[in-house]
Amino acid sequence: MASDGGGYPVEVAGLDHWFGQGEARKQALFDVDLRLAAGTLTVLAGPSGSGKTTVLTLIGALRAIQKGNIRLLGRELAGASADALVLRRREIGFIFQAHNLHDSLTAEQNVRLGLEVHGAAAASRGQAAARHMLDLLDLSSRAGYLPANLSGGQKQRVAIARALVGNPPVVLADEPTAALDRESGLNVVQLLKRLGTARGTTTLMVTHDPRILDLADRIVRMEDGRIVAEGRL
Amino acid sequence: MTGWLERLLGRLPLGWLQLVHRPPRFAAALAGVAFANILVFMQLGFLGALIESIALPYRALEADILIAASDTNTLADSSPLPRQRMYEALAVPGVAAATPLFFAKLDWKQPDGTIRTLDVFGIDPARDSLAILRGNPAADALKRADHGLVDRRTRNPPPGLFAAIEAGEPYSFEAKNRTIHVAGTVEIGGGFAADGYLVVSDQTFLRLFPQRAAGAPNYILVRTEPGVPPARVVAALAAALPADDATPRTLADTVARDQRFQTTQRPVGMVFGFGIVIGALVGSIIVYQVLSSDVADHIREYATLKAVGYGDAFFLGVIVEEAAILACFGFVPGLLVALGLYAFVSASVALPLTMTFARAALLFAGTMSMCVLSGFVATRRLARADPAELF
Repeated sequence: MASDGGGYPVEVAGLDHWFGQGEARKQALFDVDLRLAAGTLTVLAGPSGSGKTTVLTLIGALRAIQKGNIRLLGRELAGASADALVLRRREIGFIFQAHNLHDSLTAEQNVRLGLEVHGAAAASRGQAAARHMLDLLDLSSRAGYLPANLSGGQKQRVAIARALVGNPPVVLADEPTAALDRESGLNVVQLLKRLGTARGTTTLMVTHDPRILDLADRIVRMEDGRIVAEGRL
Repeated sequence: MTGWLERLLGRLPLGWLQLVHRPPRFAAALAGVAFANILVFMQLGFLGALIESIALPYRALEADILIAASDTNTLADSSPLPRQRMYEALAVPGVAAATPLFFAKLDWKQPDGTIRTLDVFGIDPARDSLAILRGNPAADALKRADHGLVDRRTRNPPPGLFAAIEAGEPYSFEAKNRTIHVAGTVEIGGGFAADGYLVVSDQTFLRLFPQRAAGAPNYILVRTEPGVPPARVVAALAAALPADDATPRTLADTVARDQRFQTTQRPVGMVFGFGIVIGALVGSIIVYQVLSSDVADHIREYATLKAVGYGDAFFLGVIVEEAAILACFGFVPGLLVALGLYAFVSASVALPLTMTFARAALLFAGTMSMCVLSGFVATRRLARADPAELF
């Protein structure tokens, strides 16, 4: 996919980031370098405030890059216009800490929203694709339920289905297990890993949940805005 | 509905699903739109009735051209003009006939002591002055002194009176110290100024209003020769008559001028125009409130959708979709209630309120643009949906 990027779907180089203005301006990231290999599940670990989420939002084209470079699927994000960033987000599957499902839509309709962003052609096969995705996540019997009638684990699985239904090459997840009990949390991550392996998806997951660290292909630790350690299991 | 909208939009009908997810709010919004529609429909109805009722008495006349005093604004406020103008008009090529018309107001006292104001037409019974008298069996009675015909659509008449008169029962009333014998009925239809009309001969008219002179009628009704365009005769009349006391106009021009004067120069016309503006404002504000609080309630979901890669056009589409749904579903009950009120008002106060297709179509277009405009304004809140804050 990325001919000139050495095959890394995500390449972060020399990334600095600041928050605030003037006197209150505070550096959040210091010279972050990170490469994610295709088809792997990388966990970004570290205490809160260490900059994990900032890295995630920058890779996800949700914030403008201030200094440094991020190549997403071989194309540079730094300096892209706001409209271009919106389009680049469609290459990514997002899983948020809160499920953020639309409360007026059924599970299936929520999943379809993840597909319709790719345009009318994708929308036309929306129903079948959404059903298939819910099937994979063992939710086919809940397709017609509104989020209010789903359990926490079910809602997070619907959110995963929404993120994955468009077959994104890169998935970014922010503490997807935080709101879940131990068993459903483990289930969700296993699911992400299984689907990622099957589809060759590159996944970056922020977590400080120790229970799921052993499912990762690679663990990157951050502290005070710097990458401090790397481990492979 | 969901499936139909989905085929129409080529995407999930998110706006529709959001609206029906909260039925009480949806119902309140529809009631608001319907209310605004009813308000505007009623104002338009009254304005239309005013315009229509101004035209009604003119339509009763047998004339292609009206010669009136130059300072005339409405049917009722014309100054008398010299009857000499009638003879001058008859000498103008293209004029087939000319006849005087006297006009005044008369109080018709009811048995219960209340008053109906009648507009009185005094005509030459030997000539064709009123189109409504053609084929009327009672028209001959006008030749007798103190006999008249009363408008059967007069507002709030004594119950059963006109049916009795038409059946031949004698009826008379006192006015101006004279007894008027009502020999029959005509059909004209009252308006905002008059409750109804009384038709009498010019001789009877001059007895009722002794201060008026036979040589000074209010109007001269002119009929043109067949095939001659009235506009050309009007030009010839204008050239022949002294401009400082007599102005000829086609009947259509006279009606249009009267309507324009009463709707723009008189308070009654402006009151209705103001009501229309208020109705539109009320509707816009309700729709804006509903749509902007809907945006505020879904700001997190919208932020999520922004993060997923939906652009501004998508959100605008959703809000316009909601606005269009509110417009359509609010308009229908508004129209139905307005139709009922039109029928009720027409029956109870004898004003010609009628729903025209053009009025309904105009108001629907107005409702739609008002809703969509409010939707556009409501999207400004979308800027607060920052996807970076979701993590």
